[in-house]
Amino acid sequence: MSLREKGAITGVGETAYSKESGRSVLSLQLEASLKAIEDAGLKPTDIDGVIPYASGVVAEDFITNLGLPDLRFSAVTPLGGASCVAAVQCAVAAIASGICNHVLIPVGRNGASQGRIGTRVQYMPQFRVVGEFEMPLGAIAPAQLYAPMARRHMELYGTTSQQLGEIAVSTRANAILNGNAVMTKPMSIEDHQASRMISDPFRLFDCSLESDGACAIVVSGADRARDLRRPPVVVMGVAEGHPDSPSVITQRPDLTRLGVAKAAPRAFAMAGVSHDDIDVAEIYDCFTYIVMCQLEDLGFCKKGEGGPFVESGAIRLGGKLPINTHGGLLSQAHMVGMNHIAELVRQLRGEAGKAQVADAEIGLVTGYGDMGDGSVAIMRRG
Amino acid sequence: MSATGIYNKLVPEPTPHSAPYWEGLNQRKLLLQKCQGCGKIRHYPQPMCAACHSMEVGWVEASGRGTIYSWTITHHAFHPGVRQDLPYILATVVLEDGVRMNAQLRGVPAKTLCIGLPVRVAFETVKEGLTLPYLIPEEPA
Ligand SMILES: [Zn+2]
Repeated sequence: MSLREKGAITGVGETAYSKESGRSVLSLQLEASLKAIEDAGLKPTDIDGVIPYASGVVAEDFITNLGLPDLRFSAVTPLGGASCVAAVQCAVAAIASGICNHVLIPVGRNGASQGRIGTRVQYMPQFRVVGEFEMPLGAIAPAQLYAPMARRHMELYGTTSQQLGEIAVSTRANAILNGNAVMTKPMSIEDHQASRMISDPFRLFDCSLESDGACAIVVSGADRARDLRRPPVVVMGVAEGHPDSPSVITQRPDLTRLGVAKAAPRAFAMAGVSHDDIDVAEIYDCFTYIVMCQLEDLGFCKKGEGGPFVESGAIRLGGKLPINTHGGLLSQAHMVGMNHIAELVRQLRGEAGKAQVADAEIGLVTGYGDMGDGSVAIMRRG
Repeated sequence: MSATGIYNKLVPEPTPHSAPYWEGLNQRKLLLQKCQGCGKIRHYPQPMCAACHSMEVGWVEASGRGTIYSWTITHHAFHPGVRQDLPYILATVVLEDGVRMNAQLRGVPAKTLCIGLPVRVAFETVKEGLTLPYLIPEEPA
């Protein structure tokens, strides 16, 4: 059995994104969840599956607060930033197998006001190996652990900091069009080049934000989705992929290949579409380089050609492959990529406002997490 | 060291699988796991050989020589303990033994960093019972 077209995103909900919510992570997630359920035209009691994000909030919290009478399915997909799209795969699989009908996938955090990344990762089990062997030597945060991948790419292929900057600049331009973005000041390549070095080659503007807020989606069976309030966004293909040496980047045979390289052929084959069919893509952007590497691993350009590809203007609105039309993790907010799924749904419903890609019918969304886990979904207007 | 002389960096928590590695560093040796089933050398320490699934482990001393595979230069203190080290180079190195390691590289100007640059491992006892590896340029033969 294939998961092709077995599920659809039927509701999305977002809180305001900020640098200090002043609220609990649970209350943020409950607000986003209620909005997503309402958007789908469902009642909270219709939810019979939940896939919580590893944020200290558990399935029981949703049963208790939403008053769910009979939750039949719960799971977690611990792939860091690849969790949300991997959770879509998990939800569609549960629905297709008949376990449940409507799965709530909430994400929320106080990433700016509580527990910054350099501290958070020390307690994450996926960081246990680097925690023992690399953190004591000073390689502590993702920026430091991921930077050697970018440096290797630059040395092998001549990729430049300005090319990475194009990703930051185009993403900021999109954030300015979004009504719910944390960063709204225009950015030029010169601004990017002037931003302080964090861990070479990553400058401040190559790094994503830390944000407070929540975002949630509802996944429903494709047949039931047709009768709900909003036009469904059908999941055509979805897959997750784990990189070689998944716990430690240092030991990875090819430092420029991420887990999504394994997932992408599966997702495209399941969807039955080609790269030229993709009208818009929301690419997980914890760092600018991670976007470039995924564009290559997904097959939108050849390995090593990500620099010239983005420099050509291809990823801008109006370009060949507009990406991160909401402003991404770099400029909208760091909602672990759930905001990427929410944006793809808006694009395919034709509700993306000033950032709407004309006649967007088919789109792609990715996740990237921990030491290179990947996930990708291809969706179409229902 | 912090201003008060107390070691305030992150410290490892050795496991039964990695304890010989950390004990080796205290004796200024870089020890690598060698599978007793198929002979494959691996790093970092783990309980099982992914090639033959043997859990019989031996330890061999690495030559300590290798070449740079990639690097980053850190300018931001992600932990209070590293603030006085800034900026510092973290190098990914291919050891002669075939595995890689990651450590701070000292004594190499940033401008001369390149893939293939020869380096070797040195050792530094940072506190009682904890010796860490770092990298220095390999002297020309
Ligand atoms: Zn073996």
